[in-house]
This record gives sequence, C-alpha cells and structure tokens, in this order.
Amino acid sequence: MTAPETHLHAPTRKIGEVILAVEGVSLAFGGVKALQEVSFDVRAHEVRAIIGPNGAGKSSMLNVLNGVYHPQRGKIRFKGKEFADMEPHRAAVMGIARTFQNIALFKGMSVLDNIMTGRNLRMHSGILAQAIRVGAAEREEIEQRVRVEHIIDFLELQPYRKTQAGRLPYGLQKRVDLARALASEPEVLLLDEPMAGMNLEEKQDMCRYILDANDQLGTTIVLIEHDMSVVMDISDRVVVLDYGRKIADGTPDEVRANQAVIDAYLGASH
Amino acid sequence: MTFDLKRQLPVLALGLVLVVGLFTPLALKLSAFGFWLEVLLGGLMAGVLYSLVALGFVLIFKASGVFNFAQGAMVLFAALAVARLAERMPLWAAILVAVVIMVILAMVIERVVLRPLVNQEAVALLMATLGVTYFLDGFGQTVWGSDIYAIDLGISREPVMILDKWIQGGILINRDDVAAAVVAILLVGALALFFQKTATGRALRAVADDHQAAQSVGIPLNRIWVIVWAVAGVVAIVAGVIWGGKLGVQFSISLVALKALPVVILGGFTSVPGAIIGGLIIGVGEKMAEVFLGPPLVKMFDLAGGGIENWFAHMLALLFLLVRPEGLFGERHIDRV
Repeated sequence: MTAPETHLHAPTRKIGEVILAVEGVSLAFGGVKALQEVSFDVRAHEVRAIIGPNGAGKSSMLNVLNGVYHPQRGKIRFKGKEFADMEPHRAAVMGIARTFQNIALFKGMSVLDNIMTGRNLRMHSGILAQAIRVGAAEREEIEQRVRVEHIIDFLELQPYRKTQAGRLPYGLQKRVDLARALASEPEVLLLDEPMAGMNLEEKQDMCRYILDANDQLGTTIVLIEHDMSVVMDISDRVVVLDYGRKIADGTPDEVRANQAVIDAYLGASH
Repeated sequence: MTFDLKRQLPVLALGLVLVVGLFTPLALKLSAFGFWLEVLLGGLMAGVLYSLVALGFVLIFKASGVFNFAQGAMVLFAALAVARLAERMPLWAAILVAVVIMVILAMVIERVVLRPLVNQEAVALLMATLGVTYFLDGFGQTVWGSDIYAIDLGISREPVMILDKWIQGGILINRDDVAAAVVAILLVGALALFFQKTATGRALRAVADDHQAAQSVGIPLNRIWVIVWAVAGVVAIVAGVIWGGKLGVQFSISLVALKALPVVILGGFTSVPGAIIGGLIIGVGEKMAEVFLGPPLVKMFDLAGGGIENWFAHMLALLFLLVRPEGLFGERHIDRV
C-alpha cells in the first residue's frame, strides 16, 4: 500500500482552538515509569494520533485522559478547565468518550441496547418515572432512540440491530464499540487501537467511519495505533511516544522524516 | 441460540432425573395422586422463597461481582422491621417504611463497605459482606428485639380444599401460600420489565456485563450499586414478609441464605431466570426426596430416615459443581491462557 501524500479529508473541516492540553504529565507504577513529562495538545475537530512501539505508554496516556489513571505529576486541561482527579464516568459527562482495545461491549445485550447506553447521560427522567413510563420518560426514550438509529445508519449497523453484541464477528464488535462512543455525542473521542487485529478491508472501513465522524459530526479524534501506515493517512498531527517519553510531534510527513522516530521503530543502530 | 448437545447434556439429564424422580412415586403407587400433588405444591411454595433469596444474591453478584453473604441477614432485618413497625401502623405503611429503611441501608453499605473496597480481591469483599451479615443480625436485635414476632397478613389460615370433585380426598392448600406465589410472580415480572424496558435497567445490565465500559459511557458505578442493593433489599422485604407471615419472624430466617447458596450454584450466579428455576427445583426436589425417598430407605436399610431435606440441596449443588460449574443458565467462563 502506498501512502498517499495528501490527506483523505474533505477540506471543509475547520481546525479550531486547543480543546485538550496535556502538560508535563508523568505516571509511574511503582518503579515503572509509564509516562515521563509528556506534553501535547489537541485542537478542536482535528484527528490527533498517538503512536509508538509496544510499551511506549500510549495506552497509559489514553487512560490518563479518560481518568482511569491519575498522573503523579502534570496537568490536563479540557476546554480551558484543569482537571486533577478525573474519573471515567465524569470524563463521559464532560464530553470525552472512548473505545477499547480489547473490545469492552456489553456482550449479553443487543447491538441496539449497547448503543442506547451511550445515550444514558442524556436521559434525565427518574427511575420511578422510567419504571411506570409516564409521559416525559416515554418521550425521552423515543427521542434517544431516534438519535441512536441515526448512529446505526451512520455506521451501517442496520442488519445487526437486534443481534446480541457478543455474537458478532470481531470487526463488527469494534464498530459497535465506536457506535456506542459516538452515541454520547462526545466532543473528544478517544480510540484505543481501533484497527488492531483487523484485516485490510476492515481497516479501510474503520478509517472511513472515523473520518466521517470527524468530518460530519465534527468530533475531535484522539487515536492510538501502533500500525503507522494507517495513522499517517488519516491524522492531522501525530505524537510519537517511546519508553514513556515524547520523541516527536508534528504532521505525518514531519514525523515520518524524524530520525528519532525511525530509530524507535526500526531500532537504532548505535 | 445454537443447540450444542454436549453442552446441554447435563440439563437434559437433570430434566430426565426430575421427571423420573417426580413421577416414580405415582408410578409405583407409593402415593395417591392427591397427596403427591400436595407435596409438589408444598415444594413449589418453599421453592418460591428460595428463589426470592437467590434472586437477591444474583442481582448483587451480577452488578458488582460481590458475593453478598448478607442476603439472608437482610431478609431477617427486613422481616423484623416490618413485624415491629406493623405493631404501630397498618401493614402497608410498615412495608413502605421498611422499603425506605432498606434503601438507606443500601446507601450506607455502598458508602461504608463497597466504595472503600472497590478493586480489592473478591475474598476481601466476601469477608466484608460476612461482617455485614453479623452486624445486621445483631443490629436487628438491638433495634427491633430478639423475640419471635408475628406478621399478620390478614389472610385466613384456614386451608382451602380444591379439586375435590376430581381427586379423591381433594387437595388442601393454604391461602397464604397462594398469595405468596402470586406476589413473587408479580415481583419477578416487575423486575424483568424494569431491567429490560427502562434506561436504568439498561444501565444495570451494562454494569453487569462490563464495569469499565459502563463507566466510559458515563454510568456512575456507585449509584448503580446503591440501586441494585436497594432492589435486593426490596426483594428481601418480600421474602421476609412471606416467610414471617407463615412461620413468624425469628433468627432462623437468616439461615435461609444457606439454602439459597445451592440454588445459585444450580441456576448460575449470573442468571435471574436461573435463580428462579433453581429455587423451584430445589424446593420441589427436597420435599419429594424427604417424603418419597425417606420411607424406602428406612425400610431397606433400617435407617432412622428423615433429614434428607437438610442435605439434598447441597448434594445436588455439589453434583452440579462437578458436572457444570457455571450452573444451568450461568455464563460459561473461559480463560485465555
């Protein structure tokens, strides 16, 4: 596959202000330094990739952004507001959604129900109102359902609506994971190796969905991958991590030409 | 659903044993049909109670992965609360107040026990619920007293004779048993609707499937735990009132938890229908074994007989652990190595 020089993006998209800023974040597990003094920013509506070899700290970074891990040092600013003790469900409330590397779908539930959980935050009627299905709760459920159907169309999941998520093939499960995250209409979507374990065709589909989401829904995308070629095609800017440190940051072309990056990926010949 | 013969074999075997076991007494003319039916119904009634307690176990286990040893103590606590409150107010009001108490209890348990222990080993959480068990047993006595209390459901204790036109001698059934069965069915139906049809129910199922993913879509685990413990508390009230209304509220209610254990092993720790069907199987099984298996044993081996009811459920559970550890309806656990 030859990497095209130009981006696949439609040029209509407007990159905005910095929406998410990471400043000097360090994270250690006991003696293992997962992240050391990492800083970078993400601008609204862009596709931002974090790449690096295995063990570079990519997943740790994503989990810090999502509030799963709490960094020992450094700051994270989301829409100008600094957050210290982020929790995953608070991140969701603030508008940060995510997908998982090892697909974490609700396996026993239908595809539709899985995606409906993404609308959970948008539902405000109380438990009792839901239970007896009084007017507002009923209306709300229908309203949310309309949005979810839209996402289902968007990701071409119509035939699997009623299928139990755990029974779908791998590639489709990944797509449902994306659909659930998109259903919450996040401002920032964190994708943890969205292409991992996929064949070429599935990868191309996934790229298309990610770009469509970015383009049509205006979702800011932060994605982790270790497959460099895919990332270079769809990202606006790329951060490269190696052994927990940032070794490069820039456009795909800049990063591709960077000696430190080449060394990290191919092994430096010292 | 695919049908896998090898996997379904234990279920089929159990079904066969059940059918044969149930009808042998009739076939061998050990029993008149009327008496046999009475034993069957008696077993089903006991089974309803087991099911209710097991249901509490399953709800909490699914949502939080905690094996709640305190479910029996919660039944006792709820029954005590209703019994003593009912001395001062009408029964319905007592039950309402008991619901409030159980919801508050759920909040306290989440705040004091679960939240600090989240992400700890399962054993730590099990020990914590064991602590809750003893606390509730004792605290219940401190607050409500330690005598035997009656709950008057206002249902006549006079048994009714039914089917006496068709069966010689008819069948005697208790009105309160029938009421209990109806209430239990309504409760299970309501819970099923709640879980399947409401957004909160969906969130509960989501948490049961995957904690991490549930949090990532903004479902607050803490609130879900409170809800599920509160629901388990309400189920405990129903079980406690039914039991207390029949036999009086006393400490032995707490021990029913030990009977619910084989039920969840049989039905599967993560299956609500499993808890219900498992409860009924064990209820009927042990009554049938006691009544129809005991006398032949006495005759053949000159044993004292009796007591079968005490061990039957646990032996059945043990058998299941050997053949099908995930239970009838539980999720099969496959570890990647």
